[in-house]
Amino acid sequence: MRAAVITFPGSNCDRDLAVGLEMAGAEVTRVWHKDSTLPEGIDLVGIPGGFSYGDYLRCGAIAANSPICSAVKTHAEKGGYVFGVCNGFQVLTETRLLPGALMRNAGLKYICKTVGLEVGTSDSDFLNNYTAGQIIQVPIAHHDGNYTATSDELDRLEGEGRVAFRYADNPNGSDRDIAGITSANGRVLGMMPHPERAMEDAHGSADGARLFAGLIGAMATA
Amino acid sequence: MKARVHVMLKNGVLDPQGEAVRHALGALGFDGVEGVRQGKVIELDLAAGTTEAQVNEMCEKLLANTVIESYTVELS
Repeated sequence: MRAAVITFPGSNCDRDLAVGLEMAGAEVTRVWHKDSTLPEGIDLVGIPGGFSYGDYLRCGAIAANSPICSAVKTHAEKGGYVFGVCNGFQVLTETRLLPGALMRNAGLKYICKTVGLEVGTSDSDFLNNYTAGQIIQVPIAHHDGNYTATSDELDRLEGEGRVAFRYADNPNGSDRDIAGITSANGRVLGMMPHPERAMEDAHGSADGARLFAGLIGAMATA
Repeated sequence: MKARVHVMLKNGVLDPQGEAVRHALGALGFDGVEGVRQGKVIELDLAAGTTEAQVNEMCEKLLANTVIESYTVELS
């Protein structure tokens, strides 16, 4: 399985995401935001956390219009896998590959702590290593993670089984406790929590490692 | 020529920052502030001949996130 991890100016979880994918067995190429093409034969694109372009204008807005993001959109439209974490989720909503938007946390504070997440479904290449309804422990670290969408859009996400994760105890005001969602074809996942920071017991939780292992296992058999 | 773009959260989208400002005004003794909505103003210096349609396209593509925000354009 071949993955590309993009680095924008201000990305700070790009190495962690690359290491997480490598630990699960992926071959990872790092890609710079000014590149306009992805390496040949890439199965998965990882969009990391951080503060791309200093969060200027809106979180993820400028990254979503960078040269590499045109290639990411094409990759997703052809059925390729895309995984966005934290700022990466914000970039995916700004590109409209995922619906809704991430607004300032309801309490206006930056929140950095490990939270409980309820797995929404295991019927997903990203989530097959979990059981629906299971609570896992994964850190969050964000100021703008308040997921917002119209009630029609929220109903559609729930009806189509596209809510990947919900907060067990909503920290940021997100509509319907949503922490992560997938695209209609299930190949794009965006989530605010950081599974790449929960890879081994020394991190306080190894629950994130199961996402990477499950995804790479699913792609190996696909 | 110049354009001034006002970007506001759409009606119905909760504005936590505006709410915090409303509370702070109340704490300062300004009674009667029933609502605060916070937005942004973006000023553009434009080459002569730039059309309003082009500015609208800039808003749609980058300056506003039309999922949650609306915008108005003033040309001068």
